[in-house]
Amino acid sequence: MNNYELMVIFTPVLSEEEFKAAQKKYTDFIGLAGGGVTHSNPWGLKSLAYPVQKKTTGIYWVLEYSAPSDFNEKFKIQMLRDEQILRHMITALDKHAVEYNRRKRSGIPTGNQKAVEA
Amino acid sequence: MAKANEIKYLTAIKAEKPKKKFCRFKKYGIRYIDYKDIEFLKKFVNEQGKILPRRLSGNSLKYQRKVSDAVKKARQMALLPYVTDLLK
Repeated sequence: MNNYELMVIFTPVLSEEEFKAAQKKYTDFIGLAGGGVTHSNPWGLKSLAYPVQKKTTGIYWVLEYSAPSDFNEKFKIQMLRDEQILRHMITALDKHAVEYNRRKRSGIPTGNQKAVEA
Repeated sequence: MAKANEIKYLTAIKAEKPKKKFCRFKKYGIRYIDYKDIEFLKKFVNEQGKILPRRLSGNSLKYQRKVSDAVKKARQMALLPYVTDLLK
């Protein structure tokens, strides 16, 4: 059971319920395959830094989950098939990353504030 | 007319000592660079959105690679532009 983090950009024309339905669909898909969702963080509508598929805005969704190692291939096929998704990225999280996300969620200041002024 | 080298200054001109660069990740003990934290990544990217070299950012090799990975991930997910002007 490794820790992964998924970031997905949906098409901006997605309505609120469709966005929730898509989130639920993928979290169920993870649960089905024996994985567990640790944190879901929808960012909502955000403007993109450059146009993707002729669209300049997108709905972002960040999901932190843990899943067996062979799961991501199936997950990727699901997302490539879904045309609502402009772009997705799955990153593996090592222990420092999991620690960073946990601290960021629970408000404990991660080390970055000090480094920002430097 | 006093030639340049004959001008005597009251106090010696202190040559502006370049600020000692240090690797902020080692100093502040940061172990993970989040590709979603755009404000932090902008410190390592110049006006055109290109990644700053180590001699300017002062990072150690290990963390410079992590920074470049994070910036490339942010660019892939359209959080940072590949090329722009007046990014800051």
